[in-house]
Amino acid sequence: MVTLEDYKGGPTAWCPGCGNFGILLALQQALVALELPPHQVLIVSGIGQAAKLPHYLKCNTLNGLHGRTLPVATGARLANHELTVIAVGGDGDGYGEGGNHFLHALRRNIDITYLVHNNQVYGLTKGQASPTSDPGFVTKTTPQGAPTPLNPLSVAIAAGGGFVARSFSGDIPHLSGLIQQAIQHRGFSLVDVLQPCVSFNPKNTFAWYRERVHRVEEPGHDPTDKMVAFARAQEWDGSIPIGVIYRHQRPTFEEELPALRDGALVKRKLEPGHVARLLSEFK
Amino acid sequence: MVGGEAGQGVQTVGLVLARVLARSGWWVFADQDYESRIRGGHNFFRVRAREGPVHAHSEALDLLIALDRNSIDLHQSEVAPGGIILCDGEKLKLEQQPPNTLSVPLERLAREAVSNPLMANTVAMGAALGVSGYDIGLLEDVLEGHFAASGTEVVQANVQAARAGYHYVTSELKVRTRQQLTPRGKAGRLLLTGNEALALGALAAGCRFMASYPMTPSTSIMEYMASKGPELGVAVLHAEDEISAMNMVVGAAFAGVRAMAATSGGGFCLMVEALGLAGITETPVVVVEAQRPGPATGLPTRYGQEDLEFVLHAAQGEFPRAVLAPATAEEAFYLTAHAFNLSERYQTPVIVLSDHYLASSYTTVEPFDLNQVKIERGALIPLGVDPLPDYRRHRLTPDGISPRAIPSHPGTLVVTTGDEHDEEGHITEDAGLRTRMMLKRLGKLEGMRGEALPPQVYGTSRPQVTLLGWGSTYGPLREAVDLLDAGGMAARLVHLSQPWPLPAQLTGMLSDSEGLVVVEQNATGQMAHLLRAETGIAARGHIRRFDGRPMSPAFIATRLKEEMARW
Repeated sequence: MVTLEDYKGGPTAWCPGCGNFGILLALQQALVALELPPHQVLIVSGIGQAAKLPHYLKCNTLNGLHGRTLPVATGARLANHELTVIAVGGDGDGYGEGGNHFLHALRRNIDITYLVHNNQVYGLTKGQASPTSDPGFVTKTTPQGAPTPLNPLSVAIAAGGGFVARSFSGDIPHLSGLIQQAIQHRGFSLVDVLQPCVSFNPKNTFAWYRERVHRVEEPGHDPTDKMVAFARAQEWDGSIPIGVIYRHQRPTFEEELPALRDGALVKRKLEPGHVARLLSEFK
Repeated sequence: MVGGEAGQGVQTVGLVLARVLARSGWWVFADQDYESRIRGGHNFFRVRAREGPVHAHSEALDLLIALDRNSIDLHQSEVAPGGIILCDGEKLKLEQQPPNTLSVPLERLAREAVSNPLMANTVAMGAALGVSGYDIGLLEDVLEGHFAASGTEVVQANVQAARAGYHYVTSELKVRTRQQLTPRGKAGRLLLTGNEALALGALAAGCRFMASYPMTPSTSIMEYMASKGPELGVAVLHAEDEISAMNMVVGAAFAGVRAMAATSGGGFCLMVEALGLAGITETPVVVVEAQRPGPATGLPTRYGQEDLEFVLHAAQGEFPRAVLAPATAEEAFYLTAHAFNLSERYQTPVIVLSDHYLASSYTTVEPFDLNQVKIERGALIPLGVDPLPDYRRHRLTPDGISPRAIPSHPGTLVVTTGDEHDEEGHITEDAGLRTRMMLKRLGKLEGMRGEALPPQVYGTSRPQVTLLGWGSTYGPLREAVDLLDAGGMAARLVHLSQPWPLPAQLTGMLSDSEGLVVVEQNATGQMAHLLRAETGIAARGHIRRFDGRPMSPAFIATRLKEEMARW
């Protein structure tokens, strides 16, 4: 029996009132609800306030470089596809520095759950515009105002994502439920989490989000209809849908990789003799 | 030599002939020269056969198979006295033929024999063997193997085309090269490129994960491993870029498998940050850096040893690493397997520094002895059922090497980060802990230094001149020593297959060498710098080539005499 106590970590270095706390709790609750023991979970993160998350709960952790979360998670998952692999990062980390990896992880459909703490601003470096900042957002590095934001959900649907979802860190039950679904989805899953930054984003506050977010399924939504999903992913001004925007099941990268047919690579023996037959091909 | 345009089948002709020679007991070395284009231009494939091991090319040609006119213009001056230029005079419409030209209507013979002018190349193979006095049956065997995947009809057509060429020169022209070749018996040796040998070494060592991005001259390593991945259980991933590739390798190695990447200098530039991540997280990774001349795109298909200082210092901050530079294809196999052991025993990155000359040249080697490949995984804790009490990934130990658990070990958590960390693997900024962690990691370098591969020494023990080289210049340097010796100069070669950390005995070996000459395929003398920085020994002379072309033994001998004339 897995309990919240199993996932309880040490003190955090986040600002009081940070949206990250809600995400941490929702993730812990989801892992407990799925009865996943911590040693079977690997959380990979990069750099940013969000990327500190795995240090604040108990699980296997590789906290690597800025933007490179998905490649590290991909390598680890292929080495041991019996692990539950969760990648965690922020909007700058995942949609800026790691944008290329985001596209290709979606395309490959590797079975990783990707949680993006999207607070529309850089926190760790103190308040610069991120790829998802609202247009015109004035910061020290964008005195002219931020350009058009990237829409991660539209990009994810276009790049072949099979589980494209959004939640809000102020709605922990919703977020936790969505994370559970994402982990259970076979293939790459994106959970973009709207998260206020209490220090550097005076606009997109808890109150701002609360006024706008609504469940995508109310009054009705067919997440298997790609064109409808695209349309819903575009909604932002005034009304922001949260929930599973798009869902599509297709074979995962692991299922299509012949090398993994005989079980996790990490469990296989190393035998130099297995290349003996190959040598004769060079005679 | 076989010369022609890209797309004319230069490599196929050369490789089939090289295999015929290798299979009949000759030792073969074949180097390739090609441009960064798929069609046109000028390429050549140069095959050298000797009665003993050979690891260098020679510029003197006994037979030039010119598939285009350009090959005659460019290489006729390299044809040795008594050598022959074999070409299709009808097709090339040569107005003036060099006197030693043997014109064989390759295309017409192909059309007559198999109604396919594209098989002119195979006709040339037959003609080449005929003119060298060789047995056509050997060629038929090799063609059978080479085209087996294309079906019996293709094999038969090639055999007929080869016979047509052979028959034409043996019965109608009755011309022979000055040096006639005869089979040397069945040898059972392998004929392969450095890249193939290296990939086999990785596979033998149990590499289970490879991620890379295609880049000349490293690409065929990934291609070979990908072709064997399904049967051997190796995940080979063509990543979106080298940044991703190297991070994937770090992730896979952290998760407990042997993992590698292969690239060239430009791709390695992109891998550098993740190399540092492997360093600080103490993750064992193997990276092959197959050099080519730079900077930027440089000379993409050519030869250079310009990245030694780069790989020594790549990434911000300080962490231990080893750099191996195989001298031959045989070493590419054994040292790559060794690289995996080193990286796992010291839990740190190991770089295998290769280059175009090693990567793309074919050599005959005795079949690799798989019993020599030992799997040493150091402090890795096998996956078990019992939890590991008080496990800490970065535990401070006397030798700096921490027990390495595999994520998913029951009741055990493996935590690490690219930030400075405590023993458990959580972020710290504590000054004392930082110092201890730095000393822990850097201390591993001393262990690696203690077991650095000794230099290979060849030649006289009382030399007038000592040549110091590293990596793939071994073959040309070794033969240069023979040439110098034959010319009355007592020369010695000291050759490094491990440029970092340098073996401790190097200083003693070189301390009494007044005539020390460092030979490198770069412009600034990177090994000479390293030698001086590490041992205080300054070379008296330098031979450096940086035009993208390999030094031949004769080139080295000539340049050495010029160098010594200035002393």
